[in-house]
Amino acid sequence: MRRLLALISLLTVAGCAGPATGGTGTVPRSSDDGLTGTVTVFAAASLTDVFTTLGAQLERDNPQLTVQFNFAGSSALAAQLVQGAPADVFASANPQQMAVVTEAGLAAAEPAVFAGNVLEIAVPAGNPAGVTGLADFADPDLTLALCAADVPCGAAASAVFADAGITPRPDTEEEDVKAALTKVQLGEVDAALVYATDVRAAGADVEGIPFPQAEREVNEYPICALAAAPAPAGARAFVDLVTSDAGRSALVAAGFRAP
Amino acid sequence: MRAIRRRDGGVPLPLLVPAVLGTAFLVLPLVGLVVRAPWSGIAPQLARPEVGSALRLSLLSATAATAASLLLGVPIAWVLARSRIRGRSVLRALVTVPLVLPPVVGGVALFLVLGRQGILGRPLFEQLGVTIPFTTAAVVIAETFVAMPFLVISVEGALRAADARFEDAAATLGADRWTTFRRVTLPLVAPGVAAGAVLCWARALGEFGATITFAGNFPGTTQTMPLAVYLALQRDPEAAIVLSLVLLAVSLGTLLLLRDRWLGRSTAG
Amino acid sequence: MTLAAQVVVRRGPLTVDLAVRVADGEVLAVLGPNGAGKSTLLRVLAGLLPLDGGRVVVDGDTVWDDDRVHVPAHRRSLGMVFQDHLLFPHLSITDNVAFGLRTRGVRRPAARGTAQGWLERVGLAGLGDRRPGELSGGQAQRAALARALVGDPRLLLLDEPLSALDARTRLTVRAELRRHLADFAGSAVLVSHDPVDAMALADRVVVVEDGAVVQAGTPAEVARRPRTDYVARLVGLVLLPGTAAGTTVALDGGGAVSVGEPASGPVFAAIRPASVSLYLQRPAGSPRNVWPARLVAATPHGSEVRCDLAGEVPLTADVTATSFAELGLAPGADVWASVKAADVTVYTR
Repeated sequence: MRRLLALISLLTVAGCAGPATGGTGTVPRSSDDGLTGTVTVFAAASLTDVFTTLGAQLERDNPQLTVQFNFAGSSALAAQLVQGAPADVFASANPQQMAVVTEAGLAAAEPAVFAGNVLEIAVPAGNPAGVTGLADFADPDLTLALCAADVPCGAAASAVFADAGITPRPDTEEEDVKAALTKVQLGEVDAALVYATDVRAAGADVEGIPFPQAEREVNEYPICALAAAPAPAGARAFVDLVTSDAGRSALVAAGFRAP
Repeated sequence: MRAIRRRDGGVPLPLLVPAVLGTAFLVLPLVGLVVRAPWSGIAPQLARPEVGSALRLSLLSATAATAASLLLGVPIAWVLARSRIRGRSVLRALVTVPLVLPPVVGGVALFLVLGRQGILGRPLFEQLGVTIPFTTAAVVIAETFVAMPFLVISVEGALRAADARFEDAAATLGADRWTTFRRVTLPLVAPGVAAGAVLCWARALGEFGATITFAGNFPGTTQTMPLAVYLALQRDPEAAIVLSLVLLAVSLGTLLLLRDRWLGRSTAG
Repeated sequence: MTLAAQVVVRRGPLTVDLAVRVADGEVLAVLGPNGAGKSTLLRVLAGLLPLDGGRVVVDGDTVWDDDRVHVPAHRRSLGMVFQDHLLFPHLSITDNVAFGLRTRGVRRPAARGTAQGWLERVGLAGLGDRRPGELSGGQAQRAALARALVGDPRLLLLDEPLSALDARTRLTVRAELRRHLADFAGSAVLVSHDPVDAMALADRVVVVEDGAVVQAGTPAEVARRPRTDYVARLVGLVLLPGTAAGTTVALDGGGAVSVGEPASGPVFAAIRPASVSLYLQRPAGSPRNVWPARLVAATPHGSEVRCDLAGEVPLTADVTATSFAELGLAPGADVWASVKAADVTVYTR
């Protein structure tokens, strides 16, 4: 039993640490057959699905190339980069965390905004509480989740409510958007304010209710190759793919706004 | 004679070196917190009402979780250590599951049982209108879920180490098993129970994952210190360091106070 | 209280199967080596260990244990004294002694009053406020005796009550125990591996080896006519099994020994080591029992030296330290051993 526990905890630790540690890779060489080596992309967690698809596409086009990802919260990624984590590309879920990286002199070029994300009301499938719009967030009888004001989705929500002149009465202020979404998925809250892409990614358990005020708080996603990239050619190729038409349509399909 | 005494006092080198390294390993991160703390910012941080309420809620809920763990965990430990019922090793594995479960998963699991849509929570909600998530009770439940195994394991160890023949002696003196437990077993393992309770309380005080998942985060109701620290970390790392130090100081102070009282009594008696 | 018990307990490879009877007011000693099953018997009688077979009946018709009934320990009217006293370390001596009254519903002041009376009776007046850790071994065992007797049990079980004490304390506590057992109206079962305890305290003795009773009788009978090597060694005799014809016993292990009284059939010949003499040459005259032997071990033993001899007839001889020195004996020496026929006791097996 004890050995089993030890093994499990070891696996858990390894699972967490894995993506962050790999990635210096071999220096890619351009050749007639395409790119080679390994490109390491640090990307905001909300980009997981789209970037995984785009990475696979890049690998298909360049059979010698490997694309590996470190998906996490933008602030955690920015902190890792500032601490010297080896990476080729950084894609942030907001301009503030990208600024942390550019101000540290780590960007190889001016960051480009490649997508936007807006808030949406997420309700459990079937919308049991009959939520219709942003005004319902002032109803004390509903169980409601927002993101804490300290995290980006909470800051965006505060701005939206201020804009609409609504004082929300949440039951919980979640530490991140996924935590808020989980509570909708479990049916434990009647509604939460999350990003449109999160609603899309949650599948059938969650329904999204767009609302007009959201358009004024579009959250911008910047991307850039990094100055110390071990694989600069691959880094450029990935950034190019994300900002290409193909990349754009993949992002829009996932619920992002075109920039 | 003198040589023997000297040897008793000293620590053998193969133990001393790792002990020193281990202590450094455990203490240096704390030193880091203290060194990096913006001391000038402490007073305004402490003056914030949310900090006071988070601290109060933390102490209250950790204490309530420890009480609940004692009430439920000591009997579990007794069953594990003393009874002859079948499947005790399975039972032991089951009650220690929260130790290996990532706390966030524990929080989700609590939803599935006690949430509005949960196995027990749904009838509770539909028949009585009672909801548990996002309440202070949910904080206590989440902390108890995560911390109780520490108590169970400590107390079971104490019970196994205690000489069961004292219980035989009590039986020959006319004490049934319940009387024996109250008047003999429990006093005998009291130091182990106290150690388990301290461990349990400390774990409950630091609980984050299961709490923020199952109880959510709302200042005054469910926002305990670890939650406040985590959220502060998103926005203002220095404030997070200050809050961590406050939590650290209060918990260390409490433990030292209790320890003095317990040790004082046990050495006198 | 009368007690009749047939106790069958399987314990790993050993099956304990013992039948004991204790008459009202009688003290029965259960004597035997470690691991013989003595303590198992006592734990069964106390209700602490379930039976695998047999039954325990008290007062002729009250069943404590059989294949259907098991009266738990706390419902049996008994007191038990353990080898290492097992006084509760968290309670004062008075509260320890009062424990058995409190569990039976006596209120605290009354229970403590009775307990203090008992502490006086066992010579511990004034020590009631101490913790068990603050008592000497002898004092603790006295307190344990008071604790066992305080509820006026009808059966007293004593599990090696003296063996944890040093030799001098054992002597005094044994004498006191003897006095308390004489005053005690109920029946008692004493487990010991020391024959002196049995001789001093018991009305009857059963000897247990490998889970079975090998001998029973009064202490004097058992001491005079041991039936196993274990008992013989305990009471200081060399036991030689054989077959008697007249005054000669052909030993099972080879050789023969002449005895004083004629007997026939399977017998034991018992020889006291003090009646064995050692010589460097074959002795002149005609002692009828003379055997060559080799000295294998010599142990000083008071003013005497106990000599273990190997030879056709295995013997032990006690010789004075002076003659041991005069003979110039050392382990490995070849000697002649002789014993007078009149000094060999013979009794049927």
